[in-house]
Amino acid sequence: MDYLTILQILDSALRLATPLLLTCLAGLFSERAGVVDIGLEGKLLAAAFLAGAAAAVTGSIWIGLLAGVLGSLAFSMLHGLASITFQGDQLISGVALNFLAAGLTVVIGQSWFKLGGRTPSLSGDGRFSEWNLPFSDAMAKIPVVGPAYDELISGHTALTYLAFLAVPLSWWVLYRSRFGLRLRAVGENPGAVDTAGISVVRLRYSALVIAGVLCGLAGTYLASLAAGFVKDMSAGRGYIALAALIFAKWRPWYALWATLLFGLLEAIGNRYQSIALGDFVIPVQFMQALPYILTVIILAGFVGKAIPPRASGQSYVKER
Amino acid sequence: MNKMPKWADAVLIPLISILLAFFFSGLVIWAIGKDPVVAIKTMVDGAFGSTSGISYTLYYATNFIFTGLAVAVAYHARLFNIGGEGQAMLGGLGVTLVCLAVPWPHWTLALPAAMIGGALFGAAWAFIPAWLQAKRGSHIVITTIMFNYIGAALLGYLLTRVLKVKGSMVTESARFPEGAHLPNFSEIFAPLGINFSPNAPANMAFFVALLCTFLFWILIWKTRLGYEIRAYGQSETAAKYAGIAPARIVIIAMLISGALAGLMAINNVMGEAERLIDNAVEGAGFIGIAVALMGRNHPIGILLAALLFGFLYQGGAELSFWESIPRELVVVIQALVIMFTGALDNMVRMPLEKIFVALSKDKKKEA
Repeated sequence: MDYLTILQILDSALRLATPLLLTCLAGLFSERAGVVDIGLEGKLLAAAFLAGAAAAVTGSIWIGLLAGVLGSLAFSMLHGLASITFQGDQLISGVALNFLAAGLTVVIGQSWFKLGGRTPSLSGDGRFSEWNLPFSDAMAKIPVVGPAYDELISGHTALTYLAFLAVPLSWWVLYRSRFGLRLRAVGENPGAVDTAGISVVRLRYSALVIAGVLCGLAGTYLASLAAGFVKDMSAGRGYIALAALIFAKWRPWYALWATLLFGLLEAIGNRYQSIALGDFVIPVQFMQALPYILTVIILAGFVGKAIPPRASGQSYVKER
Repeated sequence: MNKMPKWADAVLIPLISILLAFFFSGLVIWAIGKDPVVAIKTMVDGAFGSTSGISYTLYYATNFIFTGLAVAVAYHARLFNIGGEGQAMLGGLGVTLVCLAVPWPHWTLALPAAMIGGALFGAAWAFIPAWLQAKRGSHIVITTIMFNYIGAALLGYLLTRVLKVKGSMVTESARFPEGAHLPNFSEIFAPLGINFSPNAPANMAFFVALLCTFLFWILIWKTRLGYEIRAYGQSETAAKYAGIAPARIVIIAMLISGALAGLMAINNVMGEAERLIDNAVEGAGFIGIAVALMGRNHPIGILLAALLFGFLYQGGAELSFWESIPRELVVVIQALVIMFTGALDNMVRMPLEKIFVALSKDKKKEA
């Protein structure tokens, strides 16, 4: 395996990690506020569909982005209605939203475009253009560093850079702002937050708004990357992001590393159908299952312990 | 304090929730420019209009009875088993291995053996998440989701590399021997003078599902174990004080749940396909969630909900054929049913409680 191949795999890992990272951060905000979000998958799918549809009709991915974010937000608010306002089971609501997205995207897609649930393919301004960072061509000639800059760091879409910027931003919001402190508190002990005179309901809804926007970005990215929406295109990424979230122990920087790892696994799996280690061949299915297996091992507490926010999954009932 | 009479809780609330779910489903049909009334007619015709339709409806219902009971057993212990899909997949593997192991002379021998195979493999796939929940505190919802994906990868590997017939282009196992063929409805009912379409899939497994429904009722409400499961589900601390070991209940409830999901394979793998194919479960494991929620985890409720979803599934197929509404409409209905009967329960309950409280106050005044 030569240097350029490694760079290409890493480059593809970055591309694949982008939607995972955005979705993982979405889950991070929501679960840190005490709202478990199994519905990430559904939001991703809904956003990808609306983004793909809007971009196909208008020819602009930026309008697609707006539609994707709005769709994801709508799903997020539905989750809030069920799990915050009506104090329903957050897990059940999330599961329902996933099915709702899986069904609605195909039913509506078929009715709009008559393409068996797909949207027309996107081209030109219908997709995000890749940003070539300054001097990437000139620097490409410098050995070792040059190709790395050109292949790996330059030439991604705006959303990839945004996703990576979102990591320090999320860290700052969560750990350095008043809002973040309250958000974390409401996920650990909503009763205390309520006693301090801060609205638990409003905080949790704002967390879901952030989660909705982030999932909307991730879904739009998927639609742009694949040049259109196809049925079930999120393909379990919402669940992998959930796995990454546990892997990351609900922390922003760890989320970056976890999603990069899962992106890398996917990139390797895409490039090599099976990997031979001496006489033993690792089948491609094993590579596909690896993120899930790793998550189960982490969850089992054999490699460090993942402790979720204490009040996550519980609806808050105000005392009279 | 009882705010509502028992019948309202058991019948009225689910009924209103389901009506709401159907109302919104109708809205979706209307929004995509189709006529909901025509859609319902097409579905009813397709599901009940012919013996073939009825057979398909009952065939799907059989799947959903198994997965619905699976979700319900776990739910009685307050465990949310989303892994029915993976457990049913592995059940299919168990059934396949049993059916291909020996040239079975007759289905009466093959069926019990296959049931053991399916149940064992399904239970085994549920055991790891159960053990992790009981002993290591990992959340069962996350682990069962992960195990669905791991199961799909495992089965994909086994189908392409191990079970596939050499030289064949399709990724499926060898056909089961003649002796492992389960009688379908046309063979069962022909001696009674009832003619069923010979190519339709409903088979012996339907009666096994009914038997399981009855056994489920015995287990949950008439046995010591069932009492312990319910006690644990109501309150873990109370159960502990009563001397019930939480870890034991978690593991046993999940084993039964996985076994029931695995048993589904005698219907779809042994009864219908008669070989193991890719994606044999087709989401039935997930529909079990909707069925259990809608049926309030009670066997009779589950039976009715499974029949309803069987109807929706078969009717949905007809809908895509005649009205060009995609089959995914059923997934939308399933989602809405889960949403309204599961997560938005309080939306219906709160106003109803107020009404009943107001009514009872009026009565007291009169008295």
